[in-house]
This record gives sequence, structure tokens and C-alpha cells, in this order.
Amino acid sequence: MSFQEVVFYVLSAIVLYSGLRVVTAKNPVHAALFLVLAFFSAAGHWLLMQAEFLAIALVLVYVGAVMVLFLFVVMMLDINFEKLHEGFWRHLPLAGTVAVIMIVEMVMVLLSPSADLSSMNEIAPLAEGMSNVRELGLQIYTTYLLPFELAAVLLLLAIVAAIALTMRKRKDTKYIDPAVQVRVQRADRVRVLKMDAEPRANADTDNNESAA
Amino acid sequence: MSWADLNLMPALPEIFLLTALSVILVLDLFLSDAKRGITYGLTLLTLLGCAVLTLTTWVPYPETTFSGMFVDDPVSDLAKIGLYIAVAVTLVYTRQYADNHGIFKGEYYTLTLFSLLGMMVMVSSSHFLTLYIGLELLSLALYALIALKRDSTPALEAAMKYFVLGALASGMLLYGMSMLYGATGSLFLVEVANDIASGQANSMLVVFGIVFVVAGLAFKLGAVPFHMWVPDVYHGSPTAITLMIGAAPKIAAMVFVWRILAQGLGAAVADWQMMLVVLAVLSMALGNITAIAQTNLKRMFAYSTVSHMGFLLVGILAGTEAGYTAALFYILVYVLMSLAGFGILLLLSRAGFDCETLDDLKGLNQKNSWYALLMLFAMFSMAGIPPLAGFYAKFAVLKAAVDVGLVWLAVVGVVFSLVGAFYYLRVVKCMYFDEPNDEPVPAARPDMKLVLSLNAVALLVLGVVPDSLLTLCVDAMKQSLSVVAGA
Repeated sequence: MSFQEVVFYVLSAIVLYSGLRVVTAKNPVHAALFLVLAFFSAAGHWLLMQAEFLAIALVLVYVGAVMVLFLFVVMMLDINFEKLHEGFWRHLPLAGTVAVIMIVEMVMVLLSPSADLSSMNEIAPLAEGMSNVRELGLQIYTTYLLPFELAAVLLLLAIVAAIALTMRKRKDTKYIDPAVQVRVQRADRVRVLKMDAEPRANADTDNNESAA
Repeated sequence: MSWADLNLMPALPEIFLLTALSVILVLDLFLSDAKRGITYGLTLLTLLGCAVLTLTTWVPYPETTFSGMFVDDPVSDLAKIGLYIAVAVTLVYTRQYADNHGIFKGEYYTLTLFSLLGMMVMVSSSHFLTLYIGLELLSLALYALIALKRDSTPALEAAMKYFVLGALASGMLLYGMSMLYGATGSLFLVEVANDIASGQANSMLVVFGIVFVVAGLAFKLGAVPFHMWVPDVYHGSPTAITLMIGAAPKIAAMVFVWRILAQGLGAAVADWQMMLVVLAVLSMALGNITAIAQTNLKRMFAYSTVSHMGFLLVGILAGTEAGYTAALFYILVYVLMSLAGFGILLLLSRAGFDCETLDDLKGLNQKNSWYALLMLFAMFSMAGIPPLAGFYAKFAVLKAAVDVGLVWLAVVGVVFSLVGAFYYLRVVKCMYFDEPNDEPVPAARPDMKLVLSLNAVALLVLGVVPDSLLTLCVDAMKQSLSVVAGA
């Protein structure tokens, strides 16, 4: 068994185990972390196939960003996970049947002569000085320059739209502006009124009431 | 391709628009609400700049760049000029309305420019990937624009409906494109066309792809049976945004359909012609008949849009150069009519009041006979009554159908446009013969009055002398198609 094969089987075992734990873990945070582990090991598989850019992208995008968001959601939303686990045994027969059918289908497809797996077992080593990143970059920044730039505009639009739809300036918040406080004059706060003193018009009625 | 031979000239209007858009986006952050007019002015200036650039880079033959993914041909140039005018007129009409209804924000203008960029990419793409991204750019901006009035439940509901159904339509379109890719091995329209024409493509897969592409396109156009979103979205959106959806994007959608069906799948015209016939007949029938039952003008305009899309499809399904030209002319005239019709509704709306039912127009003639006359032009033109432009547009598409032997289809078209004349004339009757209600006619900004008058009078002028615009359409279509056929 070559070194590559050893690495492949070790990574595969980790992927399988962590994949299983994602669905069986009681604690949702653990499940999310196992998913991170599964992604990370799958990135290792890509490295074995000399697709180093895809491997790094998987780690950066899925492990680094998407899964962290997942964790945030899991932690912030108050989901009753006990309730979600309740029907596990009840639904197991149906879910098991679906899984078995899917496995049988995949085996039939992969073992059929037209799939021709035997011709795929060797990955030709990349030529000297050949780099995936370079090739991808050349494609993206030359042939596919226009769609690439437009996709960037699409992202910008998504940001603008999201902010336009969600940001609310609350007009009713009470906040303190120190500059206004410092500049305040006595005349702004106190108004002195000059008026003649008036006699108490209802003095008599008051007396009557108290007497009664 | 290398950087040295990257020719940016054909894409100059788009590049300028994106740059100006970014500048406006940042500049707007530093403006207070009172100075929002600056954003409005800059947006109009940007449109002017784009128009100047488009006119100066106008060449009478198709030019491709960005490895053949972007094409700048006379049809796209003409469509872009139409887009600038439609968007600019929309912005002028909605200036007061936006102010009165709490959507006079910087985002209103930046999102509009984003949608314009999407439309320009749609009309100038010759590759399925860029076509799709252009469409998404337009759609995403429109979803956000509808929801911009965040406290209005109907607007949010309309945005949600549009979003979900739009995503469904995009999915269908993409599925069809992926099948076409599977059949031909290319996403370039020219290569797809060549593969289908030479018979190398798997014809079964091509037909399946066409079914999904046509369904997706019909969804975006709002043709029956994929029209259900149109009335709800038109009705639920604030009138300003309804105009934004109902005017400029129609031009982009027409050129989009033309690029895919005529340029990409032109060799398979026999396959898509019958699908479009079904769509066209159903749209004209259901659109015109259902519109009769509407008392809400926005809903009525929505069903009238459905029927107009049916007429548009009649032109496209002819599959001839004359048919495409007629469709291009039809859509330009249609946008002018719908701008004028909605313009009146916007003009009569004020803060806290949306003019949107038939009753709101009652006795408009007694209150302001000029506005009533302008609305009359728009209505007569939509109904296709000579001598207004709508008549000539309908005539051109029906003639194209007759020329390819679809006489019965033209007869169906005439019959349903007669049915449609009923509800357009009902609006006119409401304005001229009903007792006025006591709603006052609000004072309008002078620029809006001027543009609206020009817009409605243009319908009359184009109806009397359609030659100038028609010649432009004919030349543009001829110059755009001739070279593609030889490529």
C-alpha cells in the first residue's frame, strides 16, 4: 500500500465517521463541528487529487465561513433539539429504505460497464511547472472575465439590497449629542414671562366649600 | 485571449454605467434626505452619459468582445437607447411619487441603475452564462425595489411572490440551458446555432432544452400559462415600482428572447414556433378577457401587459427578419404607451392616496382636460386604434404572421384586440362621460408635465409617421442578423 493510499483510507475513515456523527450527535454544536471535520477531511481528498486550489477554497469558504455561520445560527436560534430527535426510531424504517435504495442505485451505476471505472484509477501527475491556480486564474481573468466581473456586481447588488431592506434608522431612539449639550444657552431652556399679577378670582368659592 | 487584444470599446456604456453607479452609491451616503435630489440628478446625468456613449460607439455591424461573450450590435444599441429613455422617463414620473410615499431614497436610484446594468447585459450577451447573469442582475434589483416600501404589506407580498416565482423561472431557464449545453457542447449562442444547424446536436435533447428555455422565457415575459405573478406583482407594488417593472424590462426581455430563440436556436424554429403559438393565443385571449373584469387600473394594466406579450410573441414566432423587426417595434411602442398610462396614474396620486381604480379617473376631463387627453392617447394606442402608434405596431406583427402563412393566428389576434378595446374605451368613457368625484387633481412638477405630454404626443406622432422608428428597427435587425448568419 503506497503512502497515498494510506492517507486516502485514513481521510475516508474520518469523513465517514464524522458524517455519521453529524446525524447521530445529540448536541447540535457537536454535529456542526463534526460537519467541519468532514469538510476538512474531504479537502484532504482533493489535495490528494492535486486540486489544491479547490481544497483551500473548501476550507476557506465552507469551513471558515459557512460553517461558522451555521454555528452562529445553531447557537442563536432557540431550537428544541430534543423534539427534533423524537421521531428518530419511528422514521428509521422509511429513512433506512431510502438510504438502501440510494446505495443500490449508486452501486449499480458505478459497477455498470459504461461507467468504466477501471480507466479512472490513475491520476496522471501534473506536468512540471503546471499549476491549478494559474490555470484557473488564466481562465477566470481572460476567457471568463466578463461573467466574473458581473458576478462581482451581482454580489455588490445583493449587499446594497440587503442593507436597503433591513437597515432601519430608528427615529425614536433617545440619544445624547454632546455638541448640542455644550452649545446650549440659557435662553434655549428657560423662558421668562413678564405678566401682571392677577387676583384670585375663586377665593370666595374655595372658602364656601371648605366651610361646607 | 490576452489582455492586449481585449477591446473594451463595445462595452463602454456598461463600464461607464457601473463606474457612475459606484460613485453615486458612495456619494449618496454623504447626502442628507433634503439633498436627495442630487442623487436623482446624477442618476439622470448617468443615463445621459450612457446614451452619448452608446450613440458614439454605434457601428452598423455586430462587434464582439470579452472572448465573444459580449456583442454590441445595432439591435442592442437601439434597445439600450430605448432602455435609457424608458428608465429616465420612469425616474422623472416617479420623482414626486417616491417623495410622497417614502421611497425617495438613495437605494431607489442605485437599485434602478443596477437593474439597468442587468438589462444592458441581457441585450448585449451572446453567451448563456452572461445572459443569465444579466437576467439575475435585473431580477434581484427589481425584487429589492418592490420591497423597498418596507411597511406596506401588499408590497412585501408582491416582492415575495415575484421572488419565489422568479427563482422558479430562472431554474427552468437554467435547466433548459444546461440541456442545450449537453446537446451542443457550447454555451456560445453562435456555436449552439451552428451545431443545431449542421445537425450535430442531439435533436431530442435540443427539443427538451427548448421546452424548458421557452417556459422560463414565458415566465419572465408573463405569457399565459406562466402569467400568474403579473397581476399580483403589478397590483401589490407601489405604482412607481410597477412602472419600473412594466416599462424598461420589457425591452430587455424582448431582446433577450430574440437572442436566445432567433440567434441561438434559429435553426430549430420549427420546434419552438408551435410552443409560442400556444403561448401567444392563450395570452391574447386570457389577458384581454380577464382585463374586462378588473376595476383596479394597475390590475387591468397587468392583464393588458399579458395580452401585449401575446402580440409580441406573434411577431417573434414568425421566425422571419420582418417578424423580429415587428416585435422590436412593438415593444418600443408598447413601452411608450405603458409609460404614458402609468404616468397619468402617478400624476394623479399624492401622499396617502394612490390613484389606481376606475373611479379615481371619473370625470377627469372636467377637472383637467389635457391630462384626460393624454390618457386618451395612451388608451387608444393600447387598444390599437388608428392613427396612434399602437395600431401600427399591432398591424406590423400581424402582417408578419400572415406572411408566414399563419392567417388564422392573425385573425385571432384581431378578434382579441377588439375584445381588449372594450376595457380601454371604458377608461375613456369614465374620464369623459362620468360625473367627476371631488378628488382634486394634485399639482405636478413642471418637468413631469412636460415629459408626460411629450410622451403621449409621441404616440400620436409615431402613429402618423411610424417610418422613422420603423426604419431604425428594420436597419438594426438587418445589420444584426446578416453577419450572425454568415459567422
